[in-house]
Amino acid sequence: MPLFDQLYNFAHWLTQNHDEAEDLVQETYVKGLRGFPSFQLGTNFRAWMCRILRNTFLTSRTGLKITVPFDAESDGPELAVDPATPETLAISRSDSELLGRALQDLPVHFREILLLSEVEELSYQEIAETLSVPIGTVMSRLSRARKALRHQVNLEMRQHVTAAVNG
Amino acid sequence: MSCDWITKIETYVDGELSAEEMRAFDDHVRTCTTCAADALARVQMKRTIQSAGKRFRPSSEFRNRVQQRISKAHRTRVFSIWAIAPAVLALLLLAGVAVNYVGWHQRQSRAIYSEIADLHVSTLASSSPVDVVSSDRHTVKPWFQGKIPFSFDLPEVENTEFSLIGGRMAYLHQVPGAQLIYAIRKHRISVFIFPEDSLPTAWEDGREKQVAFSTENWSQAGLRYFVIGDANPTDIATLAKLFKAPHL
Repeated sequence: MPLFDQLYNFAHWLTQNHDEAEDLVQETYVKGLRGFPSFQLGTNFRAWMCRILRNTFLTSRTGLKITVPFDAESDGPELAVDPATPETLAISRSDSELLGRALQDLPVHFREILLLSEVEELSYQEIAETLSVPIGTVMSRLSRARKALRHQVNLEMRQHVTAAVNG
Repeated sequence: MSCDWITKIETYVDGELSAEEMRAFDDHVRTCTTCAADALARVQMKRTIQSAGKRFRPSSEFRNRVQQRISKAHRTRVFSIWAIAPAVLALLLLAGVAVNYVGWHQRQSRAIYSEIADLHVSTLASSSPVDVVSSDRHTVKPWFQGKIPFSFDLPEVENTEFSLIGGRMAYLHQVPGAQLIYAIRKHRISVFIFPEDSLPTAWEDGREKQVAFSTENWSQAGLRYFVIGDANPTDIATLAKLFKAPHL
């Protein structure tokens, strides 16, 4: 089955639950199979499947509880970036376990865009198709997601240090 | 020390600049230590996220289960004698809840109509009612490609009273669909298209007058069409007929 491992990984990150991830993947394949005649050759199959999975997740019990704060993103792409700070450097060297925890604690709209960009290696255009948003929104959300992740890693590191000192 | 190039560094690291800009940036980072250090940190961060993000693997048992489910979906269902007894019981139960269901179904349908009407009104009230502005169906249709997980055909309206204004994405119960805006005289009419199986309730084709709007809905090629507008019911029916006719 094409993309099975990737879709399961993505589903697990979205739902944060093994059983729900399995249900989500299963439903995605059933819907994908049913909707395949309408799939247009030449368009991106991976983005199409990711979009089905994400739409199914958004209409699931867990997904319906999620709200994306769109208001912060209506001002288009955010171009100003912070240069390499101690946190940026720290995150680049931090271990994958710490970063995994930080990723897990991010709001789902940040988590999903980081996964689509860094893990699935989708282009801005493919992410825009998957999330049904303009490319400008992809750029600004991705930028915010990275900042949020750096912040979360920093928090995790501080907590780790505090626990070590107190312990 | 800051550098003017830093604003594009994220797009550069993502490999999303144009080929020309990528080459220029490559040359720049060879001479700018600020950008070189920043780009390196960002690339390392991307790699760490990639390795941390590939965390969950499906079990082989689950893989087999999905494979079986998919292959089952292809097979025709065969009734057996054992299916009859539970079916009779189910029918008796269904008769008991039928009245409640009809009431529930009507409420669901009204709720959907109400949402469709809200979508139509909010579109007309918007300062940019359409995302793709064109009276050419061959421009509007491809715009939706890749944005919605289905395809549909648009009728030719050149020799009719209708004119196509454009289209936009619409969401009904978080299901993405297409919204097309047509004009006739001073009226605006929306045509909504959603995948039938994603809608929360089963529909029967029909025409209705809901508050100030005339509506018509029908199913075609697995898609549910809703036509809504304040034009008279005959106009709504004519536009619906154009959509239902085979398109060239």
